[in-house]
Amino acid sequence: MVCNVCGLEEATIHLTEIINSKMVELHLCEQCAYEKGTDVKQYFNFSELLEGLTEGSEGIAKQAEKKEVLRCKSCGISFDDFGKSGRLGCPECYQTFSKLLIPLIKRIHRSTQHIGKKPTKISGEVKFHMELRELHERLRKLVEQEAFEDAAKVRDLIKQLEERAKKGAAKNGT
Amino acid sequence: MALEELLKSPCEWLKGDGPDNDIVMSSRIRLARNLNGYPFCTKLSKDEEKAIMEEVHDATNSSELTKKAYFLLSEDLTDLDKQFLLERHLISMDHAGKRTGATCLSKDETISIMILEEDHLRLQILNSGFSLQKCWDVINRVDTQLEERLSFAFHNTLGYLTACPTNVGTGLRASCMMHLPSLVMTKQINKVLQALVKLNIAARGLYGEGTEASGNFFQFSNQVTLGQNESEIIDSFERVIRQIIENEREARKTLTEKKQDRFFDQIWRSLGVLKSARLINSKEATSLLSMLRLGVDAGIIQGLERERLNELLIFCQPAHLQKLAQRNLSSSERDKERAQLIRKTLRSLDIL
Repeated sequence: MVCNVCGLEEATIHLTEIINSKMVELHLCEQCAYEKGTDVKQYFNFSELLEGLTEGSEGIAKQAEKKEVLRCKSCGISFDDFGKSGRLGCPECYQTFSKLLIPLIKRIHRSTQHIGKKPTKISGEVKFHMELRELHERLRKLVEQEAFEDAAKVRDLIKQLEERAKKGAAKNGT
Repeated sequence: MALEELLKSPCEWLKGDGPDNDIVMSSRIRLARNLNGYPFCTKLSKDEEKAIMEEVHDATNSSELTKKAYFLLSEDLTDLDKQFLLERHLISMDHAGKRTGATCLSKDETISIMILEEDHLRLQILNSGFSLQKCWDVINRVDTQLEERLSFAFHNTLGYLTACPTNVGTGLRASCMMHLPSLVMTKQINKVLQALVKLNIAARGLYGEGTEASGNFFQFSNQVTLGQNESEIIDSFERVIRQIIENEREARKTLTEKKQDRFFDQIWRSLGVLKSARLINSKEATSLLSMLRLGVDAGIIQGLERERLNELLIFCQPAHLQKLAQRNLSSSERDKERAQLIRKTLRSLDIL
């Protein structure tokens, strides 16, 4: 079998890779395999992938670029750096680039709201907001399913939680 | 040395004793976590890297589930050691290529914590068979225990913060390593792979990201980590995997019932080559062993335990062969050793 790339040499390296959800077979000679690094991962370019995903917010990105490059105060990376590497520099980046990141996150996950496990050590206020949001989410799903009895129970829980928070705030004088 | 111990002991996921283990070789769940007060891995200074490793080492040492685990520093490991851990699915390709970082590894190899991989911590639980719920129960406990001593970066709407936004939220990736020879042989695999894309499930090769699909082994994993809680993510992923298991079973039935002659021929030929080869490369060995495995599962070939087969699959990999031989082997030397190991293991099997 001849090499798929140069079409001259005998192919000695045979790769099977899943590209765009299709099994693709590649037959390469040693020289071409060496030049390609035989690392099929290289066929994917993360920044291209990101570009596709941030299409909707491209306008914002370009505007930001024209004015001045937005950099994270904490670690110093720009959104462009992120586009190239696919990695953010620090937790603060999520805040700094939120306008660009939120649409991207929404496209990847179809949501921007965490509703899973949370650390036991988070502050009372964060916990309260998260619990409240989770209950509202549960309520919404139950109403959708027309499980009104359960929905009423969840609504009561929401009320209780809000009242507890009010009392707590009054006690603290805030 | 820890790695020599690992070489001798049977690792949990190779046992082949979990549910549906004829099709699902292993199940894995990983969580991505980062510590508060530090930048992500690409922006860490040498001092910060050291500080994180110490903090995590202290935490694993005083947590019930990890206190007896090995703590392996990447700088103390040779390239061969790292390749060995990669072949056992205990570290990622990315981690194997690094000089910094560490890996905390339970003695039964079910718990593995990569420190300073893409995120500060990548907790992983690996079990035999289709056992995602079991993985989740354990990893949830490991995470909670570590959290008593470590403070993880957490955002009140986005959840656990990760270096790449593809992992943000739960930081949870569930994956199953599946053996799907009949779907490949009946040419249905591309349909399955295409359907998975629509369901937001990624398909990869035997060793995860960036690796080739060989010997009919595929690794599937969920893509969405945000907007659903951990149980919901695992449940919907499980449902898809169950569907693939059914499809593979159906295809196996078709092969045995409708294409029996051709099917039996391929299986017996594979055993014939494996029993007589004097030189065999890793790719050929993997695909022939895949056929042999199918023959054992279909009851055509008897007298070979699945655990032996799984072991053989791993021990045929380059780093394992070299660890067994206790020296570095060239590619052609490996082909010879591999053929020898296979012949020895399959010695008692008769070709009928």
